[in-house]
This record gives sequence, structure tokens and C-alpha cells, in this order.
Amino acid sequence: MDTVFFWLLSAVAIVASLLVIAQRNPMYSVLLVIVSFGALAGLYVLLDASFVAVTQIIIYAGAIMVLFLFVVMLLNVPTEDPPTGYHARLLGGAGPRRAGAALSVALLLELFWALTRMGDGPSLGDKDMGAAVSSVRAIGLRLFDVQGYAFAFEATSVLILVAMIGAIVLARRESK
Amino acid sequence: MLPAPTLNTYLLLSAVLFSIGTAGVFLRRNLITILLSVEIMLNAVNLTFVAVGRSLGTVDGQIIVFFVITVAAAEAAVGLAIVIALFRHRESLNPDDFTSLKW
Repeated sequence: MDTVFFWLLSAVAIVASLLVIAQRNPMYSVLLVIVSFGALAGLYVLLDASFVAVTQIIIYAGAIMVLFLFVVMLLNVPTEDPPTGYHARLLGGAGPRRAGAALSVALLLELFWALTRMGDGPSLGDKDMGAAVSSVRAIGLRLFDVQGYAFAFEATSVLILVAMIGAIVLARRESK
Repeated sequence: MLPAPTLNTYLLLSAVLFSIGTAGVFLRRNLITILLSVEIMLNAVNLTFVAVGRSLGTVDGQIIVFFVITVAAAEAAVGLAIVIALFRHRESLNPDDFTSLKW
């Protein structure tokens, strides 16, 4: 049963991600990214990481993607312009973009090659291991432990504050 | 019958998603879609962290995913603010239009 779910969810994630970069309308792209993230949340549940799955849905699909949607609606640029003019031909022409696509295919092939060299690889662990990983209590104890990630957690708050102030300063209208 | 997923299967899926993200960054000429492609890449990396953490039997992978999500939120906020400022300036989202810094 889990196997069927895994292949179903990974197919949804891959197809949705492919459609994201095939769309010309950014609105559809954002909605398809939410579909892809939902499929990934299902994969996290299969990996006994239910808390990460919930966080993924609430924060990624719920907050970050809504931010994207707001910007898409605010800017009101429905579709991508076809390339025109000198700069479009110079930078956005077929040559550099084809090279970029070839580079990403090369990256995919290299990653596949590296993974096939790994052989069978380690297993995903047994049921007991899954129970150890799925405990929210264990995550909290490790996250707020001084020997663990307490410092990184506090540093994160500074990062969020800087991002908040930066976003306000950047998006503010210049007052003369 | 479909083969049961192993760690390698998850890593392969993550590799595919990451490559789709890089292809999006290279191919699209819309700043919002480029930012979305970066989000796809970040999510591919998250999947690797969770799968390896599950394989090793530790929660550290999941904790790092929380930090990645935090960084992604900060990146999205600042990136979208820059996109809004650029759009006000040039009335365009095409990165080829922003060549002021190009010599």
C-alpha cells in the first residue's frame, strides 16, 4: 500500500513541477507548485515525518505560496512576454537558454550516475526506527537542546527579523 | 508489481525535482517563475534531508528541514520585495530588461 502511494505521490510531484516550468501564466505556476508541495507532504508522511508534512502544508503551501499569489495578483502581469528587441536576442535567445537546459540535463544525468554507483544503498530503516523519528517530543528535545540546535534556532529569529525589515524597506515607495 | 521504495529511490526523486528546478531557473524569463523554481529546488533538498534522516534513524534531518523552510520564507519575502521594486521601476518582470549593472 505504501509502495503504491509512494509512486503515485512522486508522479504527482514530478508532473506538477514540470508543468510549473512549462506554464507561461505565473498564476497557474504558483497553484501547481502548491500541488507539488502537497505531494511532497504526502511523501514526508510515508517517511514517518508527519510533523514536517504538517509544517510543509501550513508554512509552504499556506504562507509562502500565498505571498507569491499576492505578488502575482498585485503586479498583474498575466503572461510572459515573447522575446523582443536587442537585449532579448542577445541574452534570452535560443543559444544561452538551450545551453542552460543542457546543463540541467547534465546535472540530472550526473546525479543519476552518482546514485547508480552507490549500489543498493542503505535501507530506509525498520518500523522501530520510524517510530523513533516520528516523535514530535524527540524533535522538540533536540531542537531546543543547548547541545543541539538551540543557538541555530535563536539565530533564525534574527534572520526572520532582518528579512522582515529588508522586505519592508525594499518594497516601500520612495517618499520625496 | 512496483518495487518498494528504498533510500536510493527517494534520492532519485529528489535529483529529478532538483533538476526540474534548475531547468526552470535557466529556461523561464519571468522573475516570479524563477523564484518558484528555486523553491522547488529547496524542496528537493528537504526531501533528501528527511529521507536520509529516516535512514539513519535521527531527527536531525527533520530539524534541518525546519531551518531550510525558515530560510526559504526569508528568501521569498526579500526576493518578492525586490521583484515589486523592480516592477515599479521598469514595468516588467523579464530579467533581460534589468541590465543597468551590465557593462
